[in-house]
Amino acid sequence: MTYRRLVTRTAASRDEGQGETRGRRSPRLSLRTQEAIWGWVLAMPIILGMLLWTLGPMVASAILSFMKWDLLTPPKWVGVANYVKMFTGDRLFWQAVKVTTLYALFRVPLGLAFGLLIALLMNQKLPGIYAFRTIYYLPSVLSGVAVALLWMWIFAPDFGLLNVVLWKVFHIKGPSWLFSETWALPAMVIMSLWGVGGGMLICLAGLQGIPTELYEAAEIDGAGPFAKLTRITLPLMSPVLFFNLVQGIISALRVFTEAYVMTGGGPNYATYFYGLHIYTTAFADFKMGYASALAWFLFLYILALTLLVFKSSPAWVYYEGRPRA
Amino acid sequence: MSGVSVDVDQQRIYALRRRFRRRKRLLAFAQRSTSYIVLAFGAVLIMIPFLWMVSTSLKEWSSLFLYPPQWIPRPVVWRNYVDALTLVPFFTFLKNTCIITFTSLIGQILSASMVAFSFARLRWPGRDVIFIILLSTLMLPYEVTLIPKFMMFRALGWINTFKPLIVPDYFGGGAFLVFLLRQFYMTIPAELDDAARIDGCSTVGIWWRIIMPLAKPALGIVAIFGFQGHWNDFMGPLIYLNSTEKFTLALGLNLFKNQYTAQYQYIMAASLIVMLPLLVNFYIAQRYFVQGVVITGLKG
Repeated sequence: MTYRRLVTRTAASRDEGQGETRGRRSPRLSLRTQEAIWGWVLAMPIILGMLLWTLGPMVASAILSFMKWDLLTPPKWVGVANYVKMFTGDRLFWQAVKVTTLYALFRVPLGLAFGLLIALLMNQKLPGIYAFRTIYYLPSVLSGVAVALLWMWIFAPDFGLLNVVLWKVFHIKGPSWLFSETWALPAMVIMSLWGVGGGMLICLAGLQGIPTELYEAAEIDGAGPFAKLTRITLPLMSPVLFFNLVQGIISALRVFTEAYVMTGGGPNYATYFYGLHIYTTAFADFKMGYASALAWFLFLYILALTLLVFKSSPAWVYYEGRPRA
Repeated sequence: MSGVSVDVDQQRIYALRRRFRRRKRLLAFAQRSTSYIVLAFGAVLIMIPFLWMVSTSLKEWSSLFLYPPQWIPRPVVWRNYVDALTLVPFFTFLKNTCIITFTSLIGQILSASMVAFSFARLRWPGRDVIFIILLSTLMLPYEVTLIPKFMMFRALGWINTFKPLIVPDYFGGGAFLVFLLRQFYMTIPAELDDAARIDGCSTVGIWWRIIMPLAKPALGIVAIFGFQGHWNDFMGPLIYLNSTEKFTLALGLNLFKNQYTAQYQYIMAASLIVMLPLLVNFYIAQRYFVQGVVITGLKG
């Protein structure tokens, strides 16, 4: 039935086509050319979008980083002055780099470890495991201002939940967290661990991809749980951990909303993250050229760290089917 | 005689095996119950901030500072929610957020799907080069493009309008979504396209009538993550919107915090209201969320 319809249709369309082509053969494009034209047309939004919102602005900000511009007076070419000032004359720049790096240094490994640990526990057939997975993942759905406000209340010095619990359970007089120069940054790290569910889920997917025969074979050879963890699970999970590490570094270096809402960079610049420095320079001080230079430094810093991780990867990341270097 | 001794040996082996199995089962049971307890403890730790939030949002101001704290507020003050909604122009913020979220979401889904179709299904010169350039732009942090984009929109006179937050999404919806959808479209059999073409379907028709309906799960994932991203977005509105009547919920919440410092019952009520759509979205689309994270490696 369908075949016949197909035949009659194509026959009909061929007849039409012949009728047409006889009249104007040359303007009719080959199917190949038609496809190419449609390809370009349909892809046009992203090509334009890339030029307008990514590549164009990228070039513009590179040029701008060698200029001085306060939006009111015309921009002035200043050469590398912005970069010189950044490294030699800007105390806040170094503070921002220090705070952000320190934060990443704690948040990234802790996040990785907790994510993997929870995923390991969860990778078993337990009753209600689905509910657990939902609960653990829930906080990472709710990033943003509302979460920042919730944690401000939890970290409140006198009546915040955390200090109340510390006092009642351990008889420890808790610090004033977000109001303390020493404890504000650790508070931000603690808060970030609440959202460890995303990394956990990726780890869980990785764990479920490990063939069970490997564990069975190891068991026959007399491997205990520890040997199975270090000889099978961790090597096979290393690509996933590698991915989570890179992602974690990038997102830790770009923290903005939490810091802006919770502390505004204080007290005494103890949580003055790099994102805040860019924002303040550009949209409070209107130093557009200098802010562009700051943004470029962030980009290069992220790139350098990512490259470092990539370079280190042959030593610890194991890809199946490829011998370990 | 020998037959009996074989039986005895056999029995001993059975007994040993049974004992071994029992021990193994016991060990597995111990291991599983330990995991269970640790997981349950962690789940409680994660839920406590939520419960604390709900509890605070229903308290009177004076009982916020009781020691020891009340978990079940007495009296339960439902009015906090009404107050939180009326102390600031909440419904204006809600309307603004909905306009921005849904108009940009539509643009993102339609244009990303169209572009991904072109990359996955059509052959055209330059396609692969452009795709690689597109992927490499994923590496670029938005901070780098932030300032020139701001100046571009300023020159266009778009500051303090929703346009900077919506219009860019109509240009392909971002490299990441295009990549995600392209990968999905590659898994749809190409014979369907050929069959449709033989039946006289146009290129656009193939996209709209064949690929779009088949890609519903992937489009669903895109919509879920897109919704979450736009709803939570803070920096974009912070930079582009100045006047209070243009504010989104995220900005409104921040304003609320600055105006009603220490009135945590209101702040928590307002935060919960803002979180609610995200919670509902998560609840409805749980399965897709988990799948989406697993497929994309996006942490949400």
